[in-house]
Amino acid sequence: MQRAGIRAHKGRDTNRKGRDTRMSVDKTRIAEQFITAIPHSRALGMELTGIGEGTAEIVMDYDERFIGDPDTGVIHGGAVSALMDTCCGAAAMSHPKNPGATATIDLRIDYMRPATPGQRIRAQAECYHITRSVAFVRARAMDDDADRPVATATGTFTVEAT
Amino acid sequence: MARPRPEPVQVVKQRRDAALGALVHGVPYIRFLGIEFDRRGDELTAVMPFEDKLIGNPLLPALHGGATAAFLEVTAIIGLSWSMLWDDIETGTLDPDDLSQGKLPRLPKTIDFTVDYLRSGLPRDAYARAQVTRSGRRYASVHVEAWQDNRARPFAQASGHFLMPSRDG
Repeated sequence: MQRAGIRAHKGRDTNRKGRDTRMSVDKTRIAEQFITAIPHSRALGMELTGIGEGTAEIVMDYDERFIGDPDTGVIHGGAVSALMDTCCGAAAMSHPKNPGATATIDLRIDYMRPATPGQRIRAQAECYHITRSVAFVRARAMDDDADRPVATATGTFTVEAT
Repeated sequence: MARPRPEPVQVVKQRRDAALGALVHGVPYIRFLGIEFDRRGDELTAVMPFEDKLIGNPLLPALHGGATAAFLEVTAIIGLSWSMLWDDIETGTLDPDDLSQGKLPRLPKTIDFTVDYLRSGLPRDAYARAQVTRSGRRYASVHVEAWQDNRARPFAQASGHFLMPSRDG
């Protein structure tokens, strides 16, 4: 829930919808640091593949240790929750109006369908509104079939004064 | 009219613990997080022993929200499955040997799950209990509370809806 205040540098190559999503060398390094600084996200093999002004994208590879249904090999909802929480937190922290660290207040996940076993899961989050104290974030998670999301999430996060 | 002699306590305990063990240890992600369940009669308490890999903020340090969410969701699903299977375990309809060989019955599926983070999760063991608020033929509602040192000061709570497996095979 609580995250250290590793801020994304406010570059001009932000990945708001429809714009350039490539990361600068500087941002790539920050992105790597962001994940390696969070032991649980590292344990789940998460990789931050995009960060903008209030947006983030994180991928998580398929791993047999994360299976929730041994019969089908489908990933456990809890692993998807961890991915969503990390991605939403990153989006909240990367918003230009968020001065520092953030913590999850609440997070709701809707599971639309089982993720296809063997495929990596990609989460995209967007901080769509922010006040002096609260960041409002939504996210969706997809496997290889990006047209049919695996899950969606909505959450609120703290905005901490620095 | 003579009552049938009750089963020896060890037989009852062994059957219940075998069923619970099979249910919990059959799921790789539950093993990955190191979650175990304490049983007193039909009451379950989930235990997630602290490990470094559960940390979300190394500066405080605090548990990761995702680890907390997963812990609550595991507690909800196992709690709901346990209440769904209890009668079959008691009557022996469900064979614990089948369970431990991986022949698990179909389990409830999460429809949605909402977690409230009440205070930061400390680098200590965490406990949780689920309450099945409503369990119908197709849908169930479950509430979960998690705490650490102090039962009266929960650090997270959650509620979720689940799709029950169809019972006609």
